[in-house]
Amino acid sequence: MKRTIKKILIYVVLAIVSFLCIFWFYELFINATRSNGELASGFSFLPGTALVKNWNSMLHCALPVMSSMKNSLIIALASSFLCSYFSIMTAYGIHAFCFKGKKLFYTIMIGFMMIPRQVTVLGFVSMVDKMHLMDSFLPLILPEIACPIVFYYMIKYMESTLPMSLLEAARIDGASEFYVFNRIVLPLMMPAFAVQMIFKFVESWNNFFIPALILHDDTNKTIPIVISLLRSANFADSDNGLIYMVIAFSILPSVIIYLFLSRKIISGLTSGGMKG
Amino acid sequence: MKKSKWGILFISPYLIIYVIFTALPIVISLYKSFFVNYWKGLEEVGPTFCGLENYVTLLTDKSIYTYLSNTAIMWILGFAPQIILSITLAAWFSNHRLGLKGIQFFKTVIYFPNLIIAASFASLFFSLFADTGPVNSFLMNVGILREPFHFFSNTWSARGLVAFMNCTMWFGNTTLLLLAGMLGIDPAIREAAEVDGASPWQVFTRITLPLIRPILLYVVITSLIGGIQMFDVPQILTKGTGDPNRSTMTILMYLNKHMFSKNYGVSGALSVILFLVTAVLSLLVFRVSFRTEERR
Repeated sequence: MKRTIKKILIYVVLAIVSFLCIFWFYELFINATRSNGELASGFSFLPGTALVKNWNSMLHCALPVMSSMKNSLIIALASSFLCSYFSIMTAYGIHAFCFKGKKLFYTIMIGFMMIPRQVTVLGFVSMVDKMHLMDSFLPLILPEIACPIVFYYMIKYMESTLPMSLLEAARIDGASEFYVFNRIVLPLMMPAFAVQMIFKFVESWNNFFIPALILHDDTNKTIPIVISLLRSANFADSDNGLIYMVIAFSILPSVIIYLFLSRKIISGLTSGGMKG
Repeated sequence: MKKSKWGILFISPYLIIYVIFTALPIVISLYKSFFVNYWKGLEEVGPTFCGLENYVTLLTDKSIYTYLSNTAIMWILGFAPQIILSITLAAWFSNHRLGLKGIQFFKTVIYFPNLIIAASFASLFFSLFADTGPVNSFLMNVGILREPFHFFSNTWSARGLVAFMNCTMWFGNTTLLLLAGMLGIDPAIREAAEVDGASPWQVFTRITLPLIRPILLYVVITSLIGGIQMFDVPQILTKGTGDPNRSTMTILMYLNKHMFSKNYGVSGALSVILFLVTAVLSLLVFRVSFRTEERR
């Protein structure tokens, strides 16, 4: 009896917590379908009638919503792919070979892995300026090649799944080192590649601080920058349906990714040692 | 000999990019922090060498302490409920004897907010909690409020909302990390304690918590590093003003302000200070993780 009451209590808490996680986003998508008149009546659990109208006003509003979506997609895809690929390559270089300075490299990478790019922002931005790369996607993509957290994840994964004997066998067969890497190591690392690519994609998609300092031209802006402009645009006061529509549209890719890949994301989060 | 050459070749793209885009900016920030250099309208002042003057300016001005304490207050307001909730949920999920159903579902739901663009989340909350927004009309309809509550004009409700959003976005992540730690504990240890007559509470406080201490520490320090970076949510919620009365202005919003007004010397000094703080915290993470690896 006491046990049943305890269990019911736990389910009640879990239900409330789940409600607080989902409710806001459910309301966001509902509100994106409502007209301003309908929005004035407060919360609703049923969709409204203005989905098409809000969608059209988003397409024709002063903000570069569509192009920012495209820009975000290019940057997120390129940086997440390069990050996973080169992290595996680097982890392989450390895992399978011996050379001078290897230990030093490893220690520095792990020691400094938690330092975020934000704290080096002044040097970063003025260097990008000197390189004439302002308003270019390159300073947002290339640096991701060297991401210590992903590198650490890859090397932990490699230690647990990639037998050196297999690599030795391939090498003795006379395969070139690049062949061994691309044809043997990379396919075996595919699960880790996919998991880190998803995480990196979402991270890049959500990035706001640095892109806002690099991308100034309207046609180059990414989606979080456009979201920040929602607040300062003049029309924003009058058309709430449009605002909800833009916000809903901005998180749609993350929602879709999660609907299909949530299992992979959740198990990837805690595999391969500790990862934040 | 040949082998070592290949190893260096494989790590060289990473190394080159790391040096250019991470190491070099640190050096440049440090270098620029020793110069007076800013834009006054269309005129550039400096750069003139000034030694540590930028640091003195920063550290003798009261603002930096206000913004540091704002950041700390909002971090604690969000982190305290987050860690209590996460430990509780992880303890429930890892307890097979409770026989909870739908754990996978709950795990999926609580991690979801972590994927949402913080900027979009903040923007959404601004609309929902606006003076004429649905939250206010709901509270008035059920009779809790007579007139709209100005959530963004009150220091504590504005800070509270920022903290609430951070907690919502991160508690799922923390829960999953702690859960992995708790599931990694050898059940025999717990059973031995139970045979000796330990109550569930004793098992939890004397066995589970001490054994997940390294992960707990890791979670606290990484969250602290994340807290120092707090930017997107308050920036968007307040249009970068940190209102009401600069009470939600974080340290990174302050840095952002100097960056936009092109005050390079002071931004450099602030970057260096933030770098040092996060470097110390990172080394703590390093020590914590390294120790657990040794123990294994």
